[in-house]
Amino acid sequence: MNAIEFDKVTLTYGGRRVLSDVSFSIPQGAFVGLLGANGAGKTTMLRAILGLIKPAGGAISVLGKPPTRGNADIGYMPQARRALNDVGISGLDFVLSAAGGHRWGWPVASAAEKEAAWKALEAIGATDLARRPLAELSGGERQRILIAQSLIGDPQLLLLDEPLISLDAAHQRAIIDLVHEIGERLGIAVLFCSHEINPLLRAVDRVLYLGNGKAAIGSVDEVISGPVLSKLYGTHINVVRVAGRIFVMADDVELESGAHVHDL
Amino acid sequence: MSTIFDYEFMRNAFYACTIVGIVSGAVGYFLVLRGQTFAGHALAHVGFPGATGAGLIGLSPFFGLTVFTIVAGIGIGLLGERAHRDVAIGIVLTLSLGLGLLFLHFYTAFASQATNVLFGNVLGISLRTVIVLAVLAVAILAALVLIARPLLFASLQPELAEARGVPINLVSTLFMVLVAVATSEAVQIVGVLLVFALMVAPAATALRLTSGVAAGVLTSIALAVVIAWISLSLAFLTDWPTSFWITALGAAAYVVSGMARRSAAAPRARLADGNP
Repeated sequence: MNAIEFDKVTLTYGGRRVLSDVSFSIPQGAFVGLLGANGAGKTTMLRAILGLIKPAGGAISVLGKPPTRGNADIGYMPQARRALNDVGISGLDFVLSAAGGHRWGWPVASAAEKEAAWKALEAIGATDLARRPLAELSGGERQRILIAQSLIGDPQLLLLDEPLISLDAAHQRAIIDLVHEIGERLGIAVLFCSHEINPLLRAVDRVLYLGNGKAAIGSVDEVISGPVLSKLYGTHINVVRVAGRIFVMADDVELESGAHVHDL
Repeated sequence: MSTIFDYEFMRNAFYACTIVGIVSGAVGYFLVLRGQTFAGHALAHVGFPGATGAGLIGLSPFFGLTVFTIVAGIGIGLLGERAHRDVAIGIVLTLSLGLGLLFLHFYTAFASQATNVLFGNVLGISLRTVIVLAVLAVAILAALVLIARPLLFASLQPELAEARGVPINLVSTLFMVLVAVATSEAVQIVGVLLVFALMVAPAATALRLTSGVAAGVLTSIALAVVIAWISLSLAFLTDWPTSFWITALGAAAYVVSGMARRSAAAPRARLADGNP
């Protein structure tokens, strides 16, 4: 069974066609980097997989079923939109808020929910952060708490939206290795959304690159090439490999670096 | 020797402050956590023409205030993120105060009460009003307990909550109605212009001092009630307005909690530098 299948899918966002007629499949257990420029439709694609938006055409299958909102088999880490600098909530309580958070009533965690939260914190080696308020944690530590939260409920598929944003190179590496290791240990597929390919090179099995309404999937060498990316960007693209790093250039402008802008 | 509790208006004031402190502290905690403190401020402003307009047509100002804040609360809840537009909000707020002023112009007999609506007059609260405040407070707290869990989730991680099936628009609109009624209650104590002092200052202080939701809500309530009590006592001793003391103590609590947190964080930061 494939973790995700897109069959001639068309997605729109705000009346604009973001993806048209896109087909691909991601097998269970694969670590896939989801790449593309701002506005290429990365977050829109994740929201379609989560069942939050309906495709304008085609069919999506998630773990063998059509996408449904509230699918507990999907772990999701949304893009951070708030700094959480002023949130006086401990790491444990933050993770716990996702456990049974859809039920009504006062947030008193059951024993099973507490166990699930500790298990998620253990899985990412962040039990030491459990008791500290989010406001006191560093960017990398907060990101680990967010990933732990996405692991609540033993997901079969992990969708991570820009986990590397605003992290330095060392923390980026740590987060990627952590997610890679979790994906392998649990045997689940990971769709890892990023602006930049280079930090992901050490871990990804394949990349899914979005651009110009189209998508290309394959190994890094297959997808990150001049001809393929030229098609996705709709302009002439050069791919330059230097000292194990990849630079994607349109004429003389490097396209991927510095793209730390939030997109939708 | 006479004490502060020998006067009926002082007893009523203490009852009202206790009730409103509990409500403001609890609702304010979630308001600050959600980063929506502007809403408390905005709702109070929108309530002003409700209060003066109700006076104009012979209804209770408290009733008019509450109706206006609830309608505005539902509006903010439905607009969601679109309600965060600076200029639009500013224009709505000034228009509200302008309308309130116009209603006062037509109903000059009410004008003497304008200061009370704007800055509060806790010493003028009747026992009847205390009872209304208490009934509304019970309703607000019961509703808050009912929605607290999805509210917390939707406040911390709105997109994840949406994906997990939380009806986030419903939850945020219900919460805004609670904020609206709580704001109307707070206006009885501190007035339209100073609602921040009761709704936000204690809650923001509590969020700095605690790391759990239950502890945070209880601390926020305790701070709001104690600040109101001390303010009443100081007003009794000094004859200065209660609302002034509430704003002053609220600001002081916020500043002191900031310093306390920094001094608590400093040794930990040094420790962290020592073992990276």
